Amino acid sequence: MSWIDIGALDDVPLRGARLVKTRLGCVAVFRTGEAEVFAASNACPHKGGPLSEGIVHGRKVTCPLHNWVFDLETGEAQGADDGRIDTYKVRVEDGRVLLDGALLMKGAA
Amino acid sequence: MKKLVVIGAGMASGRVLEHLFESAPDAYEVTLFNAENRGNYNRIMLSPVLSGEKSYEEIVTHDEAWYAANKVTCRFGEHVVGIDRARKVVIGQNGEVPFDKLLIATGSAPFIIPVQGKDLPGVVSYRDLDDTEAMIEAAGTRDAKAVVIGGGLLGLEAAAGLRLRGMDVTVLHLMGHLMERQLDEAAGYLLKRDLEKRGIRVITRASTAAILGEERVEGVLLEDSTGLKADLVVMAVGIRPEARLATDAGLETGRAIVVDAQMVTSDPDILAVGECVEFDGNLFGLVAPLYDQAKVAAATLLGEPSAFVMRETATKLKVTGCDLFSAGDFAEKDGREDIVYRDPGRGIYKRLVLEGEKLVGAVMYGDTADGGWFHGLIKDQTDISEMRETLIFGPAYQGGAALDPMAAVAALPADAEICGCNGVCKGRIVEAIEGGAHSLDDVRAVTKASGSCGTCTGLVEQVLAVTLGDAFELPTAKPVCGCTDLTHEDVRRLIKAQELKSQPAVWQELGWKTPNGCHVCRPAVNFYLLADWPLEYQDDPQSRFVNERNHANIQKDGTYSVMPRMWGGMTNPEELIAIAEAAKKYGATVKVTGGQRIDLLGVKKEDLPAIWADLNGAGMVSGHAYSKGLRTVKTCVGSDWCRFGTQDSTGLGIKLEKRLWGSWTPHKVKLAVSGCPRNCAEATCKDVGVVCVDSGYQVGVGGAAGMDVKETERLVDVATEEEAIEWTVAFVQLYRENAKYLDRPYKWIAKVGLDWVKEVLSDPAERAALVGRFDISQSVYQKDPWAERARPEAARRFLPLADLTLEAAE
Ligand code: SRM
Ligand SMILES: Cc1cc2nc3c(=O)[nH]c(=O)nc-3n(C[C@H](O)[C@H](O)[C@H](O)COP(=O)(O)OP(=O)(O)OC[C@H]3O[C@@H](n4cnc5c(N)ncnc54)[C@H](O)[C@@H]3O)c2cc1C
Ligand code: SF4
Ligand code: FES
Repeated sequence: MSWIDIGALDDVPLRGARLVKTRLGCVAVFRTGEAEVFAASNACPHKGGPLSEGIVHGRKVTCPLHNWVFDLETGEAQGADDGRIDTYKVRVEDGRVLLDGALLMKGAA
Repeated sequence: MKKLVVIGAGMASGRVLEHLFESAPDAYEVTLFNAENRGNYNRIMLSPVLSGEKSYEEIVTHDEAWYAANKVTCRFGEHVVGIDRARKVVIGQNGEVPFDKLLIATGSAPFIIPVQGKDLPGVVSYRDLDDTEAMIEAAGTRDAKAVVIGGGLLGLEAAAGLRLRGMDVTVLHLMGHLMERQLDEAAGYLLKRDLEKRGIRVITRASTAAILGEERVEGVLLEDSTGLKADLVVMAVGIRPEARLATDAGLETGRAIVVDAQMVTSDPDILAVGECVEFDGNLFGLVAPLYDQAKVAAATLLGEPSAFVMRETATKLKVTGCDLFSAGDFAEKDGREDIVYRDPGRGIYKRLVLEGEKLVGAVMYGDTADGGWFHGLIKDQTDISEMRETLIFGPAYQGGAALDPMAAVAALPADAEICGCNGVCKGRIVEAIEGGAHSLDDVRAVTKASGSCGTCTGLVEQVLAVTLGDAFELPTAKPVCGCTDLTHEDVRRLIKAQELKSQPAVWQELGWKTPNGCHVCRPAVNFYLLADWPLEYQDDPQSRFVNERNHANIQKDGTYSVMPRMWGGMTNPEELIAIAEAAKKYGATVKVTGGQRIDLLGVKKEDLPAIWADLNGAGMVSGHAYSKGLRTVKTCVGSDWCRFGTQDSTGLGIKLEKRLWGSWTPHKVKLAVSGCPRNCAEATCKDVGVVCVDSGYQVGVGGAAGMDVKETERLVDVATEEEAIEWTVAFVQLYRENAKYLDRPYKWIAKVGLDWVKEVLSDPAERAALVGRFDISQSVYQKDPWAERARPEAARRFLPLADLTLEAAE
């Protein structure tokens, strides 16, 4: 597995998100705790809402367009809504956010 | 006899020697170096020494007699300056000592942040007895002030000790909450609250810019330019393993001295233990694992097989009255589930983190009695699936049947406490009900139960239901959301009554069921806090809907709309040219809105700061077309131009807009001012609408023209512009202070009654007070959000964090 340094943890607001452009489309990096991050596809399966602009609560995010809620650990939509977002491996080390490089490889292939 | 040299007489090496002498008193002839001019003492008990609860003599672990009995050659107060591995000698300041085996146990050194003034007299760290004595001495001066940099375990113990010695203490902490590595936000909040109760000031998100002083320390300057006076500065920001001797001697080091499971370094004759080692990538900062290491090291020295294994360690803070416990891993990694329990009345918070069928982390505050048990479950990786439901209640509850809440209430004895705040037990409530109190309000009036923090409301209702049977219907007040049983009104009332000034305070004191709310309650709570405590509370952008966070309206395709303010609907050629140029430059669609201004649609997020800067350049500010706040003040041309105009409606509209813009409100607020009863500005369907007449101004409120259509009702008729403005501002502030989040004024007025609104506002003193509070809030919030975000540092946040599309893939 190759980890790619995408930026400083401090540049992702606590209970907020930032966007990372990849060959597979935009990935949202969410910060759910002081040192806890998740990464998932930025596009809401409902109508493409930008999830990085949603409200982050617990380990979930609410889509800004029509309030679907996704579990960031599993990617599953919560409650009555049906859908899921792709999740990606991401971790924090020494204050930096590292994203799983396998993602990029896929895009290049 | 073989020769063993030990460098460092600290917690770890002390244990090694104890084990060694116990199993084989004659195996080694020991020479013990220590940089400190004393032998082994219990370093973790320095905190009670600092606070005066213990003396140094009481914490000495090995005294002269012990060293003599074990024939240890003590070279205390002498630094080791080198290790010559080829000649197998240790070089002390006063000469060399040969060894067969060497044990390095040099611990760690405090990390000193490299700011100006760090070397001034009066700046100390907190590591050894000398530091402790320096602090005790500083505390001896009358009215002395201390600033502790670092809100971790050490910093807080230092702060508590200094406070007990009578110093005025401020703790500066870089992160958002105290002890962030051991505690989550909720527990961090409780800790801060308890420290503040002890008179310790805590400033979070405080970054030290410099330590000030000429001869000795005089103060601390923060990045945000806050200045603090200080006679003593304690730096407790972290530790750095003391591995220099090993590095110089060519031993393998990473972040510390690398050892294997036998505690042997890359040289088979050299061992190392304690905070100076790195095992399997791990560093150490608490004594429990060091004691395990010590046992292993002693065995290795005696040629016995033994291996060190990492165990989860638990943290406790040795500050009397601040009971906290933290163990395992409660934040990082996927696939986890939380169980949260809060008892606001008693200040208790517990959170368990589960991964599959196992407990992996626990944070507790207030009641830590079950800490040991949870720690055991974590260490042993016990399968907890059987007791999942009742796990949080601790070992005492295990093995019982599932609880039916009604049956549980029915089974409570008469002396069981229901309302912790007012000390009301079940018997007293039953008595009141039997005496005729048949509703929650009645019970509250008679017994005070549920009258303070309100979190026992549900229990009181259950007692009513159990006592009255079918005669009592459980009310269906609608809670804010699934995170709480409280209604918006309750939350607002309690935030004021209990002076809750932060989100964690609300979550904890009002018993929220989730760690930090959800998209429904967070924006509401954020608004309530900023409306009630404009100076103390800091607005949280992450608790805002995207439009308010980005200061632009998101469109269905993910682009944004940009709408500059046009005061009272007035504009001029320069503004129009700037708008036209911006529209061209950023490819925006131009639309004239229903609110008398111009909307630029389809702007990309990354272009927002730039287009704002351009519009700012032409003197325009945000129109807040996205906010729960003041939107527009529509006007008609009025007496300036119109043949029927009675007053300067345009001028009054502009004055109102200039006064009210930038304020946050429960829902959006729209105003209009018409110059005569023909009402071309549609003032009679606005939240506040002013209609000018010959004799003055008719102020109406509570109109609507959206999902509902409603005509305004007259609030007051006044003679002058000043009065019209005063009444309008006072009305808006009353709305801000009382309405439920997302109730437009007409909905709120329907609940409280226009009579009540009029009654409050007709008292001149009350009106003046409301205006005063509004102005205080505006002193914080009336600033152009565009200008702030167009600055490069802030603008950066509108760009993607990274662009990996260009990254080369192998
Ligand atoms: C741009 C504009 C339409 C236009 O092209 O003219 C507009 C556009 C939107 N309106 Fe409106 N409203 C606009 C004037 C109005 C008016 C007329 C007025 O202000 O004179 C009304 C009726 C009066 C009122 O406020 O009730 C109006 C009643 C609403 C409502 C219903 C509110 C209600 O309480 O009933 C919503 C929905 C909401 O706020 O929850 C809404 C929501 C919206 C939103 C924000 C929908 C959304 O959440 O995305 C639209 C944003 C479009 C965008 O991205 O810019 N808009 N909207 C008008 C901007 C006025 C301005 O200059 O700021
Ligand atoms: C105030 C305070 C409170 C604490 N509270 C707790 C607690 O509640 N719980 C907990 O688990 N942990 C606590 N700790 C941490 C704990 O004390 C340390 O983890 C532990 O002391 C580390 O042991 P050690 O043997 O590795 O190092 P130390 O105990 O620091 O011993 C190292 C010794 O080596 C000496 N030395 C260093 N370099 C040289 C050299 N070149 N030549 C000669 N001698 C040298 C030093 O002078 C020192 O005496 C606390 C620490 C402090 C300071
Ligand atoms: S009426 Fe308002 S909310 Fe509805 S489509 Fe038009 S602009 Fe959007
Ligand atoms: S696009 Fe996400 S909820 Fe509709």
